[in-house]
Amino acid sequence: MTELMPAEGVFSLIWLLIALPLAGAVVLLFGGRRTNSWGPYLGVLTVCASAVLGWLMLLAMLQNPPEERTFDQNLFTWVSVGGFQADMAFQLDQLSMVFVLLITTVGALIHIYSLGYMAHDPDRRKFFGYLNLFVGAMLILVLANNFLLLYVGWEGVGLASYLLIGFYQYKHSAAAAAKKAFVINRVGDVGLSLAIMLMFVTFGSVSFEDVFGAADQASEGTLNAIGLLLLLAAAGKSAQFPLQAWLLDAMEGPTPVSALIHAATMVTAGVYLIARSNAIFDLAQVAATAVIVVGVITVFMGAIIGSAKDDIKKSLAGSTMSQIGYMIAAVGLGPIGYVFGIFHLLTHGVFKAGLFLGAGSVMHGMNDNVNMRRYGALRTVMFITFITFAAGWLSILGIPPFSGFWSKDELIHAAFEESVLVGVLLIIAAGITGFYMTRMFIMTFLGKARWEDDVHPHESPKVMTIPLIILALGSTFLGMALLFWGDIESWLEPVVGFESKEAPLSTAATIGISLAAVIAGVIVAYVMYARRPIPIEAPRGSWLTRAAREELYGNQVNQVLVVTPTLVAAKAATSIDAKGIDGLVNGLAALVGAISGRLRRYQTGFVRTYALSMVGGAVIVVLALVLVRAS
Amino acid sequence: MNVPWLTILMVVPLAGSVLVAFLPKGRGLLAKQVAFAFSLVTLALTVAMALQFSADSAERFQFVESHPWIPAFGISYAVGVDGISLVLIALAATLVPVVILAGWNDVDEGSRGSVKGYFALVLVLEALMIGVFAATDVFLFYVFFEVMLIPTYFLIGRFGGPQRSYAAVKFLIYSLVGGLLMLAALIGLYVVSAQVTGTGTFDFGALVGLEIDPDLQKLLFLGFFLAFAIKAPLWPFHTWLPDAAAEAKPGTSVLLIGVLDKVGTFGMIRYCLEIFPAASEFYAPIVIALALIGIFYGALLALRQHDMKRLFAYSSMSHFGFITLGIFVFTTQGQSGSVVYMVAHGLSTAALFLTAGFLMVRVHGSSLLSDYGGVNKAAPVLAGFFLVAALSSLALPGMVSFVGEFLVLLGAFERYMWVGAVATVGIVITAAYVLRVYQKSMTGPLKPGLEGMRDLGGREVTSLVPIAVLTIVLGFFPAPLLNVINPAVDRVMSTVGMTDPTPTISSTGTSSEGSGQ
Repeated sequence: MTELMPAEGVFSLIWLLIALPLAGAVVLLFGGRRTNSWGPYLGVLTVCASAVLGWLMLLAMLQNPPEERTFDQNLFTWVSVGGFQADMAFQLDQLSMVFVLLITTVGALIHIYSLGYMAHDPDRRKFFGYLNLFVGAMLILVLANNFLLLYVGWEGVGLASYLLIGFYQYKHSAAAAAKKAFVINRVGDVGLSLAIMLMFVTFGSVSFEDVFGAADQASEGTLNAIGLLLLLAAAGKSAQFPLQAWLLDAMEGPTPVSALIHAATMVTAGVYLIARSNAIFDLAQVAATAVIVVGVITVFMGAIIGSAKDDIKKSLAGSTMSQIGYMIAAVGLGPIGYVFGIFHLLTHGVFKAGLFLGAGSVMHGMNDNVNMRRYGALRTVMFITFITFAAGWLSILGIPPFSGFWSKDELIHAAFEESVLVGVLLIIAAGITGFYMTRMFIMTFLGKARWEDDVHPHESPKVMTIPLIILALGSTFLGMALLFWGDIESWLEPVVGFESKEAPLSTAATIGISLAAVIAGVIVAYVMYARRPIPIEAPRGSWLTRAAREELYGNQVNQVLVVTPTLVAAKAATSIDAKGIDGLVNGLAALVGAISGRLRRYQTGFVRTYALSMVGGAVIVVLALVLVRAS
Repeated sequence: MNVPWLTILMVVPLAGSVLVAFLPKGRGLLAKQVAFAFSLVTLALTVAMALQFSADSAERFQFVESHPWIPAFGISYAVGVDGISLVLIALAATLVPVVILAGWNDVDEGSRGSVKGYFALVLVLEALMIGVFAATDVFLFYVFFEVMLIPTYFLIGRFGGPQRSYAAVKFLIYSLVGGLLMLAALIGLYVVSAQVTGTGTFDFGALVGLEIDPDLQKLLFLGFFLAFAIKAPLWPFHTWLPDAAAEAKPGTSVLLIGVLDKVGTFGMIRYCLEIFPAASEFYAPIVIALALIGIFYGALLALRQHDMKRLFAYSSMSHFGFITLGIFVFTTQGQSGSVVYMVAHGLSTAALFLTAGFLMVRVHGSSLLSDYGGVNKAAPVLAGFFLVAALSSLALPGMVSFVGEFLVLLGAFERYMWVGAVATVGIVITAAYVLRVYQKSMTGPLKPGLEGMRDLGGREVTSLVPIAVLTIVLGFFPAPLLNVINPAVDRVMSTVGMTDPTPTISSTGTSSEGSGQ
């Protein structure tokens, strides 16, 4: 069993990991205009410092044997009432360690990139403040040692996401997208709230240690209920079916935000939540199966939407949905899949961040146009962006030896161990991935230029390309590094467990089939977009294309099932209030007014008369009471 | 030495109000300065008293004073505080100086009411608010409860908007009806106490645990409860609130909704539950149903309001639903959560009404959402405070309102799982209406005509900062509240004879600080 280690040495600074970016956020957001000049650098510095601290902790953690790598730091009692207690306490173990490194390292790179990307934005101080707030909240989320504190991080990242999606808030669309994201996420949060309550009612505690330690004593029905509620929460945060509709609109935010929050880190919090709660899902078959179903549905929805969008960011957002679907499906597989879900989460975090930042670099050169039909031939003018994007493209496709190959291949193989159906579906989706990512790559970098007249594309400054290069290196080598050098399976095993079964297909066969599917997708895209000219106006397309452009009618479904009924109820309540309740009150008042007109002659205007009648009334009431009692 | 803390806390603002009232006409500025100074002294004294409060004391009430008032009826001037009344007094003492500072220019000389009149009334109200929470004699409580109406009536009716007179009379009549019911029940209670113990009394301590015939108990409970349900407005006794909030000055609304209405929920937990435990249990299902209706009804109406002040009133109604729910589920989490929620709601109401007030003052007093848009562009500091207020209202984790709301929902869930689950869905609608206000007023393109809008000035920022700081600090460190509230709630629970449900798996639940598995 894992042992909880006291937080000593470098681990006594776990709190500082969180405090650094949060302190940056406080200074930037409350410091006002006087911090305009140096504020962004402070933001970058604090996140970089957190990253350095994180890597130091990794080195220290490696000194301990695997079962002694869980460090517990209890700062103070936060909420304590009756039998309920939640502490301001953190837990750093192998699982949170990899998240800390992903969040702070990718976060630091994106901060640096933003120095260039946001250089001319008048509100860039606020931007960095929000970004720091996000990093701090995300670290609370992955470091909390109990579910209530996790909830603080959970809604904290939601707040940061809200603020950053709505960053260009003078645009109606951005403000609306921000609100939509928050409200849909709140639906997921209801799931998390109820899961926490059910845990308390069942286990008498909401700390990871107590809940997971006693999970085997709870009834399967309870565990399934907790699992399904956690899945609802995960679906909200990770934009999984049926709570997926906010992610595409979230692309209204600045591109570095899309890279950090809506691709690499925040949207993967659902995967973390399920992997963290493995003790529950391992014993909750219904919930675990539901996790797989939700994941697989979203894999396809995201891929289909990504195939039809001409907006480069929205296409990437569809891809993110789809890739997170892979991870969710993987963690639904149980101990066979947890480590590979997390493995894919890490490689995806790096290559998708690279792809988004690449898209940002392209937009930077194209006057912020996001329409890929007006791109083309950009390999000629932005070579670094082209090469780094290519690394991300090959990685997400799963071409060996790029990072995505290792994680996706392991993930699909694990799926075959549990269920052939799931494995086959994931391979088909890999083919679609090959199609839409190649389509994007061709439309953006290859073919002929379809630029608008006043556009003069150029390579981005070094402050942006250097993070791109680093992420491209990650997209290329991280998979191998984690698998062969980092030994990700045995690293995570003490936290999430790991087992492996005989699969109906050999590893080589899985690799062969999924590569064949991917290459088929690439060829289709090549034939459709590289061999033919790309029209500037999108053709009407098949019914599937049109449905995919409409994001598979997710918004319409929400409108009909949720928004309209709520507004109808609100309208009904408004009319009940005005005509019913208040109407009755005012009617009563009018009646009294009419009667009192007649009674006016009894009103002398002397206080003593009124006092007398009040006393008289009170006496009658008392008499009545006594009579009732006497009878 | 026994310092009569509570009497001093009432006398100081009262003396201040007399002084302000007797200032010569035309010395508006001086009146404001004097009022502000007295409110600050009261706050300082409250803090000094709170620091003397001992959370683990075996005595139910601390800082007790008792002097016979009308011995013939067993009425005394008896005051004292437990943790619940202490935090509510602290809330009142905090909000009054904030309101005075924020409303510095809300009343001009030569308008309907005089400057000194407004500030004198606010101080009178402060003394009465402290008295109503401090009273430990039920008759004294009733007197404060009713007398409070007078300054409030004038604050709405003299210094309010165009429909102020309608709103003030509506408020007064609603309150008087409730007060009359309570008076009748109060007299009945006295008669019962005389029958049971031989000598009639209004002393709260003596009335707790009084054996009252169950049927009579139900009747007396209703008398008290209806008065409180009108005050805290519970559905369907609420229609005075939107009118009052829409017409009153922002500062008046803060005191009215932020503090005065809490007398209703305070009365439920202090008087209804402890004096009529059997009746409370009997009526709990109905009260819970009304609270649930109120949560959703208020939230849905808030979703459709075009007038910010009315919107905030309906949102408060929804929040009062949560508070009442927490009280009547009879769990320590629910009741402690309710009291924390009362404080949190006081703070968030203050933040919302005051920022909205600062906004309106810049646009000819309009409170219509359609007159605003893109304010963030012109007045980012104002928009920032508005956002903090909005987030506090939607109970974002990390704010004190979250602690209150989560505990209420948890308390409800552990007693009646489905009630808790349904109430939790309310948090989605809350987010929808709160963010709708922010979106419509603060974001989007700047509304034409708002270009030259000034951002908040030093006085305005100074009045909002303490609220924002308290909201966040108590969100991460609610111990100063919970440490004093928990023992008081434990007493209520034991009087009512209820205990928390035990967890399904009872072997765990040990401290999470354990050293290993």
